Amino acid sequence: MTEISLNVLDVAENSTRAEASLIEISVLTDTSEDTMTIIIKDDGCGMTPEQVAHVEDPFFTTRTTRKVGLGVPFFKYAAESTGGSFKIDSTPGIGTAVTAVFKLSHIDRMPLGDINSTVHTLITFHPETDFLYNYRYNDRSFVLDTRQFRQILGDVPLNSPEVSDYIMDYLTENKQETDGGAIL
Amino acid sequence: MKSLEELKAIREKMQNQVGLRSEGEEQTRVVVGMATCGIASGARPVLTALSDAVMQKGLKHVTVTQTGCIGLCQYEPIVEIMEPGKEKVTYVKMTPEKAMEVVDQHLIRGTVVDKYTLNSVDIK
Repeated sequence: MTEISLNVLDVAENSTRAEASLIEISVLTDTSEDTMTIIIKDDGCGMTPEQVAHVEDPFFTTRTTRKVGLGVPFFKYAAESTGGSFKIDSTPGIGTAVTAVFKLSHIDRMPLGDINSTVHTLITFHPETDFLYNYRYNDRSFVLDTRQFRQILGDVPLNSPEVSDYIMDYLTENKQETDGGAIL
Repeated sequence: MKSLEELKAIREKMQNQVGLRSEGEEQTRVVVGMATCGIASGARPVLTALSDAVMQKGLKHVTVTQTGCIGLCQYEPIVEIMEPGKEKVTYVKMTPEKAMEVVDQHLIRGTVVDKYTLNSVDIK
């Protein structure tokens, strides 16, 4: 993986497969603490303590097509190699929260990358799932809540071309205004 | 900040023209592998390019979706095209540029782009 945003896409896909109805994604940058914190939280099926203990192991996966699962190990390694931290909190029947803290200025912190495309892809390709995206840069922030969008849109689907374009513009403009282009 | 007023305007504009998309048997399915292997090899821009092109060119008979690991990780990004009544075509090592060729040649003109298919690479 060459961007943090690709890890976010990959790990959030796990949440959709856990049949989450709401996935919360937070990208929180604090320059005084020198951290970038990524949280992916879902209300999906959750994992047992045994599964949580195994999931950071590359040779554990729930899939049957292959015997390895690299998504979570990649994300954990990316965070820890910057002197950050990584944890998974999960309860069967309640959901899972994955938290990765990156040291912002560390030379090994990969770029955040195209986080707008990640969020846009998740929303438009999972029209049944709701997303709450929270982007914060120090004391500035913006939120995209698909539940709010749905309320306004009524029966116009989130993946219709006009709405899809609007979502991408919403993400791009608001990220730019929030971080002033400081976060790459 | 971009306002939600614009979203309201979109709703008002589209409310009357939301036609039910035909998701019947005539639909061609374009499936992009989006597991860890696909994403790490560059599937996200391929997926975006395909869905943008299908929308822009108004290909109503085509649905772009994503799937998990297809089991051929070394050939990712993989795009599968399932046309009704035809054999599935698997394109391997895709890029947004190659995907545009597939849209023009295969989805619009109906000609398989042989040079990008799984059949054209040596299986070791």
